Amino acid sequence: MAKQVTIDAKGVHYTPLNQQIRKAIEDGADEIVVNNVLGQRFIGNGLRGNATIRVNGVAGGDLAMFMSGPTVIVDGNAEHAPGNTMDSGKVVIHGSAGDAVAHSMRGGKIFVRGDIGYRGGIHMKQYETQRPILVVGGSAQTFLGEYMAGGLLLVLGLDGAMKAREIGSGIHGGEIVIRGDVDEACLAAGAKKLPLTDEDRARIAPVIREFAADFGLDAEPLVKANYTRIVPASARPFAGKYTWE
Amino acid sequence: MSSNFGSMPLRYRITIDREQCMECGRCVENCPYGVFRWDGNRILINSRNCTACHRCLTYCPRDAIMLQEHPCDYRSHPVWTRAVRESIYNQSRTGKIILAGMGSVANLPIIFDHLMLDACQVTTPPTDPLREPVELRTYLGKKPSKLDFTQKPNGDVELSTELTPNLMLETPIMLGHMSYGALSLNAHVAMARAAKETGTYMGTGEGGLHPGLYPYQDRMIVQVASGRFGVNVDYLERGAAIELKLGQGAKPGIGGHLPGEKVSADVSRTRMIPQGSDAISPAPHHDIYGIEDLPQLVNSVKEATERKKPIFAKIAAVNNNAENVAAVARSGVDAIAIDGFRGGTGAAPRVFRDHVGIPIEVAIATADQELRKQGLRNEVSLIACGSIRESTDVIKAIALGADAVYIGTAALVAMGCRVCGNCYQGLCPWGIATQRPDLVARLDPDVASKQIANLIHAWTLEITELMGAAGINSIESLRGNRDRLRGYMLDEGLLEILDVKSVGA
Ligand code: SF4
Ligand code: SF4
Repeated sequence: MAKQVTIDAKGVHYTPLNQQIRKAIEDGADEIVVNNVLGQRFIGNGLRGNATIRVNGVAGGDLAMFMSGPTVIVDGNAEHAPGNTMDSGKVVIHGSAGDAVAHSMRGGKIFVRGDIGYRGGIHMKQYETQRPILVVGGSAQTFLGEYMAGGLLLVLGLDGAMKAREIGSGIHGGEIVIRGDVDEACLAAGAKKLPLTDEDRARIAPVIREFAADFGLDAEPLVKANYTRIVPASARPFAGKYTWE
Repeated sequence: MSSNFGSMPLRYRITIDREQCMECGRCVENCPYGVFRWDGNRILINSRNCTACHRCLTYCPRDAIMLQEHPCDYRSHPVWTRAVRESIYNQSRTGKIILAGMGSVANLPIIFDHLMLDACQVTTPPTDPLREPVELRTYLGKKPSKLDFTQKPNGDVELSTELTPNLMLETPIMLGHMSYGALSLNAHVAMARAAKETGTYMGTGEGGLHPGLYPYQDRMIVQVASGRFGVNVDYLERGAAIELKLGQGAKPGIGGHLPGEKVSADVSRTRMIPQGSDAISPAPHHDIYGIEDLPQLVNSVKEATERKKPIFAKIAAVNNNAENVAAVARSGVDAIAIDGFRGGTGAAPRVFRDHVGIPIEVAIATADQELRKQGLRNEVSLIACGSIRESTDVIKAIALGADAVYIGTAALVAMGCRVCGNCYQGLCPWGIATQRPDLVARLDPDVASKQIANLIHAWTLEITELMGAAGINSIESLRGNRDRLRGYMLDEGLLEILDVKSVGA
């Protein structure tokens, strides 16, 4: 039988709160419900295993940083850099998230139903079977996918026009897929646009379906929609800058 | 690219004394740059590829090989020096930023060399380390500003202040951060074994931790840099301490870049990036865009490791160093490593290497003073790094306010490095800065670790003797003890900044 633990975060500093969550996982909890979260940082930080942590409220910065396995579901917004340097597991945010979402993420999934701030997906990277995925339901801000070195960054633009400019500056791996057309002027130096091929669509379809299921959306129109794929113009964006003494 | 310069004057010339040479061919085997080749039974020389690594000289059984730097003179000129002219030739040909290896070559005075140490004479007796202990054991990390005790009913007194984790060093000399990838695995293993043998620690650099180093993980300070290469919770948990790299003395304000050629299968596993891909470390940590973001990263790493490990931060020494250090101290870190402008590097743009930053002597002195002024000195330990060359640099750095030092280039030299500055070519003939298996195999980790351990032992002995001569029997009494230093030929402004008196005073 699944073991559920409920924690009241009201007025609790993040260190004892995270200790309680860690303890619950150590004691074998499968689901931890944390109520009244009001900006406590580092929830899910460095945790292993496959428990589900439900955060009711607004999650503070560095949610699920270094996390390796668990699922974190936030019924609310998340502050700066959720999924920072995350290894594996899943973060589902029903609201919006701050800047640097998925910073240096190397595996697992982050689904944000609303918008994300600046520098989303910055320096995401992949290695062998570890391929991070960031999906944004709403819009992303400027410097999306900066320095990106691997993984998939998908923006669905469900709530209106995409705001990001300077997309993919310094990108040298991975792919950014944005629903609809993206003006060439919004691409940073080092990024280039490609049409989405049938293979690409087949690859992203399961991700879209999973996202839609998590948020109760109709997946098929999104699977069939028109997308722009943005990839590195070169795997070595800085190679041409230097000479040796 | 074509130019009208033709070939440039040789940087080095290699000659073979043909009367001594017995055509054994060891030079041909040993030079990875292809300077020597067989032509029938004669050895031909192409000096243009030479890096002055000395490998051929050390392996020539007849001492027949000779190396000369700058065999061709330019017309001498104090303004339009050879270096200036050659940079212009290079850049007018390529149109690019010049990268260079190893530390600064700027010919600026070295403050350490202008600081004299004290010794006891008639008013106080020196300590003889042969019969009295001179304590070098050092603890890095926060020290409580006061201690609280509780008395138990039976009268026993117990410490009730909660202590934060510290690192215990048997000698205040640590091996600084140089990544696996930049260095070979054998070099890393040698350093790790030396750290273990001498009771000190080594930095991993930002390349992750190779499984070959797991046996030494309790001697490793694992680094988290802006690229986050090789960083996951497993890596953080393995280290004895965790260092956040915020800057590097050789190239303050810019990131780093390990070229894909150096990302071998093993390096790729350790860094967790695909083989052959460039490892680009951005200039800032993109989750730190202001000083208020730093405590967030520090606390995030602390939370991930359950506050069981000291967290270090490394910054480059630049203007407003004192304020930078105080700000970092307030972020909650346990130690701050300050990297002076002479710090080494695999590669850095020449303009940064030679022109950006301030000397480590000044940076440590001002950091120590500022932390004392703000009542923060007990909150952090200070580590001096960037061109610590000998035991006297260590003792002077500590007298200026450091708790310990990191050595980098000195440890490489102890393994055979000749400071040729060509690490970036990935062909280090000593097996230190290369991933080519045949070259890596040239470095025997047993021999190299012994050499590094010997160096640390020797310096430790010298420090003990110097402290004894000054009547100081504990490193605690040396730390920040500027009264035991005197400046020789340093100007008044600098003496004031260092808070050191002039010789004679
Ligand atoms: S590069 Fe080294 S081994 Fe080769 S010729 Fe020069 S000094 Fe000798
Ligand atoms: S490590 Fe090797 S390549 Fe680098 S300076 Fe030393 S000898 Fe030269």
